[in-house]
Amino acid sequence: MRVTLSIPAITAALLLSAAAASAEQITFVSQGGAYQEAQTKAILDPVAKLLGITINQDSSPDAWPVLKTQTATGKPIWDVIDTPTKDCIRGGEQGMIEKLDFSRLPNAAEIPADYKTEHSVPYEFYSSVLAFNKQKYGENGPKSWADFWDVKKFPGTRALRSHPMATLEAALLADGVPADKLYPLDVDRAFRKLEELKPHVTVWWTSGAQSAQLLADGEIDMEMAWNGRVTAVIKEGAPIGYTFNQGFLQETSLCILKGAPNLDTSYKFLNAAISADIQANFPAYIDYGPGNPAAYKTGKISPERAAQMPSSPENAAKQVLISVAWWSSPAGEEAQKRWASFIQK
Amino acid sequence: MSMSSVNSSLAHQRRERRLVLLLLAPALAVVGGLLIVPLCWLAWQSVRQDGGFTLAHYARFLTDDVYWMTFLQTFRMAFIVTAAALILGYPVAYVAAGTSRRWSLFILAMVVLPFWTSVLVRAYAWLILLQRRGLVNTALTELGLIDAPLTLVNNEFGTIVATVHILLPFMVLPLYATMQKIPPELTMAGSSLGGTPLHVFLRVFLPLSLPGVVAGMVLVFVLTLGFYITPELLGGGRTYMVSMLVSRNIEVYNEWGAASSISVVLLACVFFIFRLASLVIPFERIMGAR
Repeated sequence: MRVTLSIPAITAALLLSAAAASAEQITFVSQGGAYQEAQTKAILDPVAKLLGITINQDSSPDAWPVLKTQTATGKPIWDVIDTPTKDCIRGGEQGMIEKLDFSRLPNAAEIPADYKTEHSVPYEFYSSVLAFNKQKYGENGPKSWADFWDVKKFPGTRALRSHPMATLEAALLADGVPADKLYPLDVDRAFRKLEELKPHVTVWWTSGAQSAQLLADGEIDMEMAWNGRVTAVIKEGAPIGYTFNQGFLQETSLCILKGAPNLDTSYKFLNAAISADIQANFPAYIDYGPGNPAAYKTGKISPERAAQMPSSPENAAKQVLISVAWWSSPAGEEAQKRWASFIQK
Repeated sequence: MSMSSVNSSLAHQRRERRLVLLLLAPALAVVGGLLIVPLCWLAWQSVRQDGGFTLAHYARFLTDDVYWMTFLQTFRMAFIVTAAALILGYPVAYVAAGTSRRWSLFILAMVVLPFWTSVLVRAYAWLILLQRRGLVNTALTELGLIDAPLTLVNNEFGTIVATVHILLPFMVLPLYATMQKIPPELTMAGSSLGGTPLHVFLRVFLPLSLPGVVAGMVLVFVLTLGFYITPELLGGGRTYMVSMLVSRNIEVYNEWGAASSISVVLLACVFFIFRLASLVIPFERIMGAR
């Protein structure tokens, strides 16, 4: 199986290296599916045209294992990846990701400092929001995590993601921790607060599709879910509402592999892909917000559309930016390991 | 003349052996390449960390209570599912083995038919039936039997129902195969000697059907141990099985060594169960009872 698969891959690689002589190119990797299709139209095709380069695409739902194997040989095939920022950070720590020279990325200057890391620039934003059934709660649905925890005022079935990231943050907000004092997370306190709600949580969902189905079927009255999934359910006509209030802003980032075969072109690509003008194309194709907030000033995004975008300045102000740096730290790793035993007991 | 005929028969034998090897080669390659090699890699991976030998991944079975709790829960599920499948499957196989050929074919077809539908589709079907606004709850509410919807899915109960449904053929088929071979004369003889139907069943039929019972139980038990999609979709995130621990270790925590060690331990458990069962009936009969 491996052998048969790699023959076309080698052929493709040979063809590509022949083409390399004529034009600049990079290999760009994202997570596949509708998301990659949308960004091909929004970002990749326009950038390829703008720079006159060829962008070869590959996709991997989880780039991390491939990243490890590719960089282990010292001769990776991929150049740029679009991946959760955590991969860029730990990849950088383990010498698999290029440390960025920001003097070659003038467009990054427009991006707030806490969206960037030494190894990554933000690409697109999504949010973990509080969604609820409007039939059940009318217009007075839960609006904060304190409401979500309040089973007397808001009786009903609840669902949370079976993952500590954003869930621990929600527990702490419900417990009264101010949003700007969340990090470093008080993990013990968060788990204590979660224990309180645990008997009332009907489902701990494990996939985005499942979270959407729970809302659409009316199995769940309120849940934390990714905004793109929630809006998809609403588009299908389900009576669902959601709020960006106390949502958790998360991003995927672009980073360059250490030893990337086309380093110079990768820098050119990165700089163009994060420019406000190109980033402003995102909302036309998918419910994820631009990684560069300056995109909202280009006039390409209507105010109505901006209101649905997790990263628009107005919505971003109501939300909490997840600290990937904390989640990549030993304390964050420890919290993730603790999750399994929390679910089990 | 005789010399040349011996030669030609030897040559024929050699040709035949080559042919057999040739015919076996694809199967051997598949088994070797897709089963043996990955399993060895798995075992290797489970004792490696940062380029050195380690037993740290196995030590976690002693130190991390999540591990043994997951195994406990998985075995618990396997016991419940096996018992339920036996209780449901035995009467079906009994009737199928005792009735006319046409009826028994019909019954077996009913048992096997769902088998041709994907496990994923059946899991979703159960979701539609059992969820809060599902068919079962709607029907019960409209009949006035319940006031509030019952929690039938997104818990252990829903997982068990769906798992039993999926694994029932593995119970019924070996049972049927064994029961069918029990000569009817034996039970008749029992009755003619004055045994009541219950007595005859308990003393004659049941003991003779035990190999089928063991075969069915082992198959169902072992298959439940490795179940993944059904508990993942119907368990509400709380029915945590060994297979899910493996996938979580890889998907969420990138711990290939830990995931491998769990797989190896689960595999060892399965081998152990087959070994135990083979004390009662030979291994070939478990797999080939049909």
